[in-house]
Amino acid sequence: MAPHDIRRPFKRAAISDQQKRRELSLLRQAQNRRDAQQQARCLASSILSLQSAAPESQPEQSDTEIETVPESEQESEAFSKDLDVRQASKLRGPEVRKWFARQLMLPEWMIDVPDRLAQDWYVFARPAGKRCFVVSSNGTTVSRQRNGSILHHFPSALPAGAKIRDGSGSAQSYCILDCIFHELDQTYYVIDMVCWNGYSLYDCTAEFRFYWLNSKLEESGACNAPSHYHKFRFSAVPVYNCDSSGLYSAYTGVGPYAKDGLLFYNKHALYQTGNTPLALVWKDENCSQYVIDTDGKGEIPSQQQVVLELQDDRKLVTSDDPPVLFGCLDGDIIEKSGLHTGNLLRFAIGDGGLSFADGKLEKADLIYLGKSNRARAFADSYSKVLFQFMVRHSPLKIDDLLASINSANDQEKTPSDIEMVG
Amino acid sequence: MAMEVTQVLLNAQSIDGAVRKNAEDSLKQFQEQNLPVFLVSLSGELANEEKPVETRKLAGLVLKNALVAKEQHRKFELVQRWLSLDGNAKSQIKACLLKTLTSPVLDARSTASQVIAKVAGIELPHKQWPELIGSLLSNVHQLPAQAKQATLETLGYLCEEVSPDVIDQDQVNKILTAVVQGMSSSEGNTDVRLAATRALYNALGFAQANFSNDMERDYIMRVVCEATLSPEVRIRQAAFECLVSISSTYYEKLAPYIQDIFNITAKAVREDEEPVALQAIEFWSSICDEEIDILEEYGGDFTGDSDIPCFYFIKQALPALVPMLLETLLKQEEDQDQDEGAWNIAMAGGTCLGLVARTVGDDIVPLVVPFIEENISKQDWRQREAATYAFGSILEGPSPEKLIPLVNVALTFMLSALTKDPNSHVKDTTAWTLGRIFEFLHGSVVDSPIISQANCQQIITVLLQSMKDTPNVAEKACGALYFLAQGYEEMGPSSPLTPFFQEIVQSLLTVTHREDAGESRLRTAAYETLNEVVRCSTDETAPLVLQLVPVIMMELHNTLEGQKLSSDEREKQSELQGLLCGCLQVIIQKLGASEPTKYVFMQYADQIMGLFLRVFACRSATVHEEAMLAIGALAYVTGADFAKYMPEFYRYLEMGLQNFEEYQVCAVTVGVVGDISRALEEKIVPYCDGIMTQLLKNLSSNQLHRSVKPPIFSCFGDIALAVGEYFEKYLMWAMSALQSAAELSTHIAGDDELVEYTNSLRNGILEAYSGIFQGFKNSPKTQLLIPYAPHILQFLDGIYMEKDMDDVVMKTAIGVLGDLADTLGSDAGSMIQQSVSSKDFLNECLSSEDLMIKESAEWAKLAISRAISV
Repeated sequence: MAPHDIRRPFKRAAISDQQKRRELSLLRQAQNRRDAQQQARCLASSILSLQSAAPESQPEQSDTEIETVPESEQESEAFSKDLDVRQASKLRGPEVRKWFARQLMLPEWMIDVPDRLAQDWYVFARPAGKRCFVVSSNGTTVSRQRNGSILHHFPSALPAGAKIRDGSGSAQSYCILDCIFHELDQTYYVIDMVCWNGYSLYDCTAEFRFYWLNSKLEESGACNAPSHYHKFRFSAVPVYNCDSSGLYSAYTGVGPYAKDGLLFYNKHALYQTGNTPLALVWKDENCSQYVIDTDGKGEIPSQQQVVLELQDDRKLVTSDDPPVLFGCLDGDIIEKSGLHTGNLLRFAIGDGGLSFADGKLEKADLIYLGKSNRARAFADSYSKVLFQFMVRHSPLKIDDLLASINSANDQEKTPSDIEMVG
Repeated sequence: MAMEVTQVLLNAQSIDGAVRKNAEDSLKQFQEQNLPVFLVSLSGELANEEKPVETRKLAGLVLKNALVAKEQHRKFELVQRWLSLDGNAKSQIKACLLKTLTSPVLDARSTASQVIAKVAGIELPHKQWPELIGSLLSNVHQLPAQAKQATLETLGYLCEEVSPDVIDQDQVNKILTAVVQGMSSSEGNTDVRLAATRALYNALGFAQANFSNDMERDYIMRVVCEATLSPEVRIRQAAFECLVSISSTYYEKLAPYIQDIFNITAKAVREDEEPVALQAIEFWSSICDEEIDILEEYGGDFTGDSDIPCFYFIKQALPALVPMLLETLLKQEEDQDQDEGAWNIAMAGGTCLGLVARTVGDDIVPLVVPFIEENISKQDWRQREAATYAFGSILEGPSPEKLIPLVNVALTFMLSALTKDPNSHVKDTTAWTLGRIFEFLHGSVVDSPIISQANCQQIITVLLQSMKDTPNVAEKACGALYFLAQGYEEMGPSSPLTPFFQEIVQSLLTVTHREDAGESRLRTAAYETLNEVVRCSTDETAPLVLQLVPVIMMELHNTLEGQKLSSDEREKQSELQGLLCGCLQVIIQKLGASEPTKYVFMQYADQIMGLFLRVFACRSATVHEEAMLAIGALAYVTGADFAKYMPEFYRYLEMGLQNFEEYQVCAVTVGVVGDISRALEEKIVPYCDGIMTQLLKNLSSNQLHRSVKPPIFSCFGDIALAVGEYFEKYLMWAMSALQSAAELSTHIAGDDELVEYTNSLRNGILEAYSGIFQGFKNSPKTQLLIPYAPHILQFLDGIYMEKDMDDVVMKTAIGVLGDLADTLGSDAGSMIQQSVSSKDFLNECLSSEDLMIKESAEWAKLAISRAISV
């Protein structure tokens, strides 16, 4: 039996860097696993879990204005209290809004005309009103606006939307609809279908989603006139292929609702949460009351206003992913106004305007106005700022859209270039 | 019926390779043809006094190898084979072995001792060979010295081999009596006394009852202490080894003896030969380990009912112990810092001093400071080095309030010594001490920072300068920089290192290219420091980290250029690739964590992946662990785009999953499968058949290290969540593997390590269930899961009732209850209502103080209430 080795580590760190790398990897994997699980769990339930708070929300004004109505402190507390999903303790008012904002597919603003508009795109007139998620589940229906606040809490004829419906429905039966609530005729106009009767349509193309929407919505009885068990009427919107006649119908057609611009949806795109260039919004004075942004009082300011997010290196960026840099904020202003990373700030665009080089933003003449309204969930997107800028200077006109469709037709008739091979 | 093996065994030791090979083949053949006869023949050879000593020894060795193997599965096979061997043959073999113990030939006796212990290790747990201990001890007193020595040695091996619970107390008493008597000073034969002392070392674990009996314990301790004074150095050393073992096994019984032991150890440290002195120091290090554990566990706050109280032996011995240890520091060997295997009294003394500081905290400072002051500027390098080492040793333990005034005075001196001291050994220790200062007294934990804007520049200049010193000094300088950077982690958006970032990175890269970077693990240290500098960097330096990407890629590319490498060069290449892949992994993870940098980084993704694939390709059968880890990080960053790499990468993924020998590689690969599942989601479907087949195979293998199995279960969850109802194909197989593992993991009986393992297994199983249930949610196939629900609820009941799950398991478990309700809805509602403990479990989790458990529970509550109300 040999003597036992008693050598101890000498002048050595207790843990190797390789072991540290392994452990950090495992930590990252565990975190990612938790995130993935959480996302799955949150999919439907989180929207419902907020319903008990049911604060009567203030009416939100249309998308097109810069500021929305302030939200009371109390309300955000009520949210965080009842949001008993995983993030419960971490989520505060603005986070809740951001979370909901991220659940909706947000169209970019059309700043140039996409190729193959006639072949690959749908067009329809966007109803004026409040964009919201409508969730039916467990015998009740809740509509929730982009900022997370509840619009209505009501029985509906949607599957699992009211107590009277067949009691055998299982818990996983629910619907999520992307709607615009039109005040005037108190109707939810369904512009997209995300889940139907427990069946997820996130991964389906727009083509399929619209087909499904048209056939299922009618079938369910949700389009019927309001009754005791069906408080609001639902309606599909007429969707057209974006050829010249489709564009014409959407642009000039008279429907039951007030129009607020046109929406263009790529037929092959899946329902993608957040900003996407595969859905576009466009408007002019003929099809929208709100072409140029208005301020809190409903008036058009003399200078264009934008909302940007302050990052920790003083950079001012848009809400895009990746964010677009608009400039840097003077350290003095940050100091004086007590600003923090993540603050949303309002600026006017001065006479210097926006300048571009190689199609990219090079410089913006920003004039600091103050913090944005607290109800704002995120900064303006690049496309929105640019669209507003163009509207004030050289707008994209309906003629341009039509010309693009027609020229594409012409091109198809002409023979394609021949590749020289010598 | 025995066969003649002498000649073959002689040939097996021939210097002629062909003869040897031939003999080895014959032995193998014998063994396969008739195992009992073969083994009986070997034991006969061992016992035969007429045979040459070499063949007797080899016969014993071959016999031993037929009983044990290193690999767990092979070991199990051999045990089964021996147990089912013909009883007659076994008796013959045992008789030969016992007979050999009385042989006049030492090697034969010693070999027999070891083989007997191995047989006992197999048979005693099965209640076989009950007469063994009796027959060993029956006439131990009448035996000639040689046989007595062999018997004691056999008892020692036996105690090493079997666990205490298979030998009853009566037999333990007999063994201890024989052993302790053999150790006593009245035993005239040195070999017998040495064998007895060594046997006691192994038998101590059996002596619980005897150590609780005052008289018996006094006797054992007296004999051990006497043996430390033996004229024979090996006996003194073995006796101190026993004291070291006693200090950890019977810490709480030591109080009456500690004063005597201090006197004995102090004398040995000062006067005895080095092997003895080292053991004497180890005794105090071991007492420190015990007291640190006790104080950590109870926070020094004793309620009287804790298992083992702290006796504060170190605190009491402090005034005498510290001077004794400080003396040892002056006994350095020349060049010990260049010798990786060195271990001498100065090193042991310094290590012990560091442990003492951790044990007593502030109290050590006034005892060491005069020594430092007296020696730090002396002419003799030994004094300067010892003073510096003493300072470095006490930096962990005492409070920052006590240390910071000292450090503020010493820092300038240290920086100057690191550049100017003529002795390399002093510089080595100085750089190490600076590293300890930054490790323990710099960063957000300390209120008054020791590093200001004023001296930061100087510190960095000195450290970068020292990186050009000899490899051992440069390695310590890298280490110091590592901790300097670490202290600035999470310091906010702006780091004081920012102005120096470029220079630091450049210096570290220069170090990696030094000709002698292979010595003193310098290159490794430089890359590790680079990694930490990157990890702790802020947004300000993100562009510089981005610039590092092509630089490290180029380095990795260069390692792939060498052709026709020798095996030595190949090993070095592989090591360097590991460091570079590790560095890329850290960079990828850093840049991937923020959107803007991730976006820019993506331009390199294709090329980096190409390099990783080439790293894999330079090896034939194994997969490079570091490259695999880096790929996991890359998959996370690239998301669904990772799909384009899959066709080429897949075979390495499979190879990694098949690597049972290097189980770390297998475990890492399993983790990467999870990363890829999350990145690819349903695009992983084409690879699922292969992956799932391999994972199921791994689970059923007894060759795979058990630590890989929990992550495999978690990985099932990752895959199921990614592919959703497509998992149907594997559902039956996965569920059956989960179910049998769940049954095994409900009850735990065993030590802390087993409890910990069982909890990790439970967590893996539960994560699998979560992933599967969430994956199937909203699909028309949720019905497929209903048959499994009762078992899962039963499993949850089971672990709830065992009351031994840790917080992680609790969080995952309550989540599974929610997932079950969420996915199955009303189908689960009634089952949950009827289950034994779901309600209690939920309530317990809802009132948990652990935020994660509470959150999971609230989610589960919501899901369950929906399921029940439908």
